[in-house]
Amino acid sequence: MDSNFFFNVTTFAYFAAMVAYIAYVVTRSSQVAAFAKLFSIGGFAANTIALGLRWYESYQILGADGRAPMTNLYESVVFFAWSILLIFLLIDWKYKQPALGAFVVPFAFFGMIWAQFRLSASMDPLVPALQSNWLTYHVITCFLGYAAFAVACGASIMYLIKVGKEEKADGPIGGILGVFPSIRILDEINYNAIMIGFPLLTIGIVTGAAWANYAWGTYWSWDPKETWSLIVWFVYAAFLHARFTRGWVGRRVAWLSIIGFAATIFCYLGVNLVLSGLHSYGG
Amino acid sequence: MNAKNTSSPDHIWDFFCSLKLTIFTLLALSVTSIIGTVLQQGKPAEEYIREYGQANYELFKKLHFIDMYNSWWFVALLGLFSVNLICCSIKNFPRVWKFVTQPLLVAGDGTFKNSANKAQFTSKESAKSLAPRLSEVLKSAFAKPTLTDVDGSLNLFAQKGIYSRFGAYMTHLSILVIMAGAMIGTIWGYKAYVNVVEGTQTSQVWPRNGSQPIDLGFSVRCDDFDVTYYAGTTRPRDYTSDLVVIENGQEVLKKTIEVNDPLTYKGITFYQSSYGPAGNGSFEIEVTDNKSKEKLAVNSAKGQKNALPNGFFFSVDDFTTSYDSFGPAAKLSVVDPDGTRRSPFIILQNHPEFDERRGGDFSFALKGFKEPQYTGLQVAKDPGVWTVWVGCFLMIFGSMSAFFFSHRRIWIRISEENGKTQVQLAASAHRNQAAFAFKFEELQKQIEATIENKA
Repeated sequence: MDSNFFFNVTTFAYFAAMVAYIAYVVTRSSQVAAFAKLFSIGGFAANTIALGLRWYESYQILGADGRAPMTNLYESVVFFAWSILLIFLLIDWKYKQPALGAFVVPFAFFGMIWAQFRLSASMDPLVPALQSNWLTYHVITCFLGYAAFAVACGASIMYLIKVGKEEKADGPIGGILGVFPSIRILDEINYNAIMIGFPLLTIGIVTGAAWANYAWGTYWSWDPKETWSLIVWFVYAAFLHARFTRGWVGRRVAWLSIIGFAATIFCYLGVNLVLSGLHSYGG
Repeated sequence: MNAKNTSSPDHIWDFFCSLKLTIFTLLALSVTSIIGTVLQQGKPAEEYIREYGQANYELFKKLHFIDMYNSWWFVALLGLFSVNLICCSIKNFPRVWKFVTQPLLVAGDGTFKNSANKAQFTSKESAKSLAPRLSEVLKSAFAKPTLTDVDGSLNLFAQKGIYSRFGAYMTHLSILVIMAGAMIGTIWGYKAYVNVVEGTQTSQVWPRNGSQPIDLGFSVRCDDFDVTYYAGTTRPRDYTSDLVVIENGQEVLKKTIEVNDPLTYKGITFYQSSYGPAGNGSFEIEVTDNKSKEKLAVNSAKGQKNALPNGFFFSVDDFTTSYDSFGPAAKLSVVDPDGTRRSPFIILQNHPEFDERRGGDFSFALKGFKEPQYTGLQVAKDPGVWTVWVGCFLMIFGSMSAFFFSHRRIWIRISEENGKTQVQLAASAHRNQAAFAFKFEELQKQIEATIENKA
């Protein structure tokens, strides 16, 4: 059984989890929620094993040039899926709100399916520019940050769906929205996820700058990837301040969180696929 | 806002302190930053004109879009951002500083009544004997309390994590420190480059934006430049340069640099950046006279006419590092004594015997090709870089302590009334209230047990 097998298991498990979470929202059966959680944890375990195996296999194939599996688009996407599940399971453990899974697990599932069907999984040795220990620290911190933003985005979407109904209704809301967490909890999840993501993104930018300084002699050169990471940082900094500002609490911060995640995805993928710059080898 | 309001100094001050300005500046910075990622920065004018046309180029120039991150309006936005965070900090810092200088040692009735975390017990024990034991419980379960006696009622106060109140200020300060570091680097540092041909040395480098070379104050010699490949592929594994620093005629430092491993001397760092051929190469050719079987070694440059025995000449006309799958190959031609040039032919470095089959007066074998190369070095001097790292450290530390730690305070009042001793508890956390409520419950049980033990 190689890493590829476990990546297949991961994709299947995330699909099953996604379907089960959506089924939970519709059926409101706690049994379905338990299955969804089981699939999530199982998929996360398979994802972990797959990443570990791929790391091990890199030494089998490349000999001494083996490396942590975070060096091309394929590897970054499957690591992103892993990060999303990690942050989601942490938040789920704290808040116990299974409905959130229906809006977060799809990010991980679509990432996996894209990686497996459209991206090259070939294992090539590293170009000189990437041969650095900074690579691992930089990638891990950035992607954990991105993943936290994905969870925040999921919570914000739920918030915006629910907020109008909850404001109008007098009593508790029935139907599908009944299993959504209350908007107060959704707002708290949104804020807490960004509190996790923001320092991680900060560390990701700083390790990137430190690496750039070591490799190129300049810690900041306004290259598109760097600039977009700063744009993401500005948006979430605005989010954190907006939460203390009258008139911004509620809908507007939920929108900021969604915009922040859209900017994150552009920073991660758009820059490589659309723009050119120093990170172009990353694709 | 009307004219009267804006002219009032209080309103100007409030404007610069406002969170709305913060949100506006942050969003304005994000939106404008996009321009420079879509429009490539700092290219020659012709490139913009070719892609966008003359009129658009003029517009870009007028709006400073071509070097937007250094434009007056972008720097002004960053300036506004700094002023805003300085003003906010000045406004709010004294309030937070008060938590340190004047902690609320004695809580009022309101605190005991309205706190989210509160409890109340009664005991027959006297306040004087209860206080040291409760003090002990607080010390072991939370933090060492301060005892204040107010008209017979004993007040205990303990706190933890007061530094987290300063997390936001540390983060704000860190941004200013990073900006200061960047400014130091811009004023007293430089980014330059230099190409050094193997075997030569240089004491001057060329700044990225300027035409006058910079004197290093020492020399850098490149002994060798090398590209290594992953076995069996054309994928480069490493670019390396053997550099030697020479100062006052002495070799003071030697290092083989590679990508991700530069050399630093006296605050100036040399980074492996590029490479290329430097001038004509030299071919090592072994000529065999097919009649006498005599061998002759010739070193020839490309196009150079080389004499052979009996009035013949030959020249190397062309060279390639990979001729189909045969590897390095050279195209040669031979000139007869009467001056007629015979048709050219190919010799292969990896197959030295190949040319014998051609027949003729001479056969040739390519032994080697030496081409001097230059190594392209990025040269950077940045005295501000450590200031930037200090700022980054403050930012990480500050944002973590602002988000993940909270200022937690506990008050206990022990007062005697009508022969009974009343113990009141109140506690607050300025963040993560849910987790603190849990902790408070445990402490409450411990205190209850302590009171009952003697009661």
